[in-house]
Amino acid sequence: MRYSIFTLARNALSHHQNWPKAWRSPDPKPEYDVIIIGGGGHGLATAYYLAKLHGITNVAVVEKGWLGGGNTGRNTTIVRSNYGQPGNTEFYEHSVRLWEGLSQDLNYNVMFSQRGVINLAHSDGQIDAFQRRGNAMRLNGIDAVYMTPAEIKARVPLLDISRNTRFPIMGGLCQPRGGVARHDAVAWGFARGADARGVDIIQNCRVTGIDVAGGRVTGIQTSRGAIKAKKIGIAVAGHSGQVAAMAGLRLPIESHVLQAMVSEPMKPCLDTVVTSGAAHMYVSQSDKGELVFGGDLDFYNSYAQRGNMPRIEEVTQALVTMFPAFRRARMMRTWGGIMDMSMDGSPIICKTDIDGFYINGGWCYGGFKATPGSGHVFAHTIANDAPHRCNERFTLDRFFKGTVIDEAGAGPTPKAH
Amino acid sequence: MLLIPCPWCGERAQTEFSYEGDATVSRPDPATASDEQWLDHIYLRDNPMGLHEELWHHVAGCRRFFKVRRNTVTHEISGSAAPTDDIPEDVSGDAS
Repeated sequence: MRYSIFTLARNALSHHQNWPKAWRSPDPKPEYDVIIIGGGGHGLATAYYLAKLHGITNVAVVEKGWLGGGNTGRNTTIVRSNYGQPGNTEFYEHSVRLWEGLSQDLNYNVMFSQRGVINLAHSDGQIDAFQRRGNAMRLNGIDAVYMTPAEIKARVPLLDISRNTRFPIMGGLCQPRGGVARHDAVAWGFARGADARGVDIIQNCRVTGIDVAGGRVTGIQTSRGAIKAKKIGIAVAGHSGQVAAMAGLRLPIESHVLQAMVSEPMKPCLDTVVTSGAAHMYVSQSDKGELVFGGDLDFYNSYAQRGNMPRIEEVTQALVTMFPAFRRARMMRTWGGIMDMSMDGSPIICKTDIDGFYINGGWCYGGFKATPGSGHVFAHTIANDAPHRCNERFTLDRFFKGTVIDEAGAGPTPKAH
Repeated sequence: MLLIPCPWCGERAQTEFSYEGDATVSRPDPATASDEQWLDHIYLRDNPMGLHEELWHHVAGCRRFFKVRRNTVTHEISGSAAPTDDIPEDVSGDAS
């Protein structure tokens, strides 16, 4: 069923009791052309684009829990493409352009709100670096605007731009086309679109093994039995290392916990996204009025989906220092998600040395904004057994060849990206 | 808050320490190491779900490095030792 004002009105007459299910819950078939492991945004987007753009509809998405129950439902929903390194610039911009038409494409409102993303500069060195990055973005056809403290104050009145604060604000780089989106809707919209094109979405189905014979994949073992497949792609975020190990691969990835926090709801007071790398904090206001904010990783390997108090305290201190008006807001909840931190801070989307086995992982902090772009180029890679123009640098062998894409210049230290 | 047992200072709050990564990684001999060994050393990690031996640095204390055995799922710490020593077997009986 196509959603429209007319279907809304028709269902209102029956008190919204008769909406059809947005996707089926089929039992797994014995064999598929392609199996995607991981029913988050990336896996569902991959299945959607495989069916829509490449005509491959005999596809299963296998998810151990429920759709979007991992990092798709745990992020802080920021979308941007303010990168400076070749590889990242074209990929993330590709993704933002897909975001711009996504609600119409999916016939599902993902509530993409291009309210802008402002990175604050707190030193002369950061001003130089941000202007250089802004120029690199503009040369690549991406929007970027350098802002003075007065311009930032006019845009974000609650921000403290005085000179005697802990992190004096000296400027900022804004990407006006950046913003936020409704994270659950992204998973649900892609799931509905994929299902309508014949993709089987199989929830509560844990993958326990990947079958490899003669150097190529033949299928998977799951908690709901064995399923054969010619091609298998994984999009499992924090568990990339665990699932790749089932096929005998070791990855340049460590799993770390990243926390996020939400305040009690308040009236609209922040209509953009503000981030500070120096203060290790970013914040936006949700449509429900809550402040959504976060900062650094907890800095140690973890699969716990929950973090520790010292990081919550540090991030909150940074928030209330920069926005003194938020001091009296109460914290409503905190949570953690498992980041697949790659060794250079950039993702891995590529085929592997095992025929028919494809990896999509290493997303670090940046998975949510990449969702449509990631699915689009991963589907291209799986369908053609060759990368799309926008992911040809995101290979596994870049670590062997030395062509790493280290946006932060932090070296092979996953926690530092 | 993790309580981290420094072998020299005893249990201290997590905020005194800096995490330094997987302790099972050892540097190959530069005179003989192959490119594959360097790849393995610099980039590839087991990234285990469960017990993990890792290095911590007591930056706000004795400033020494040491090894900790910690569960990456529960965050439970079950032993520590100097970097060159073996961590004693866990005697609590629940090092799963």
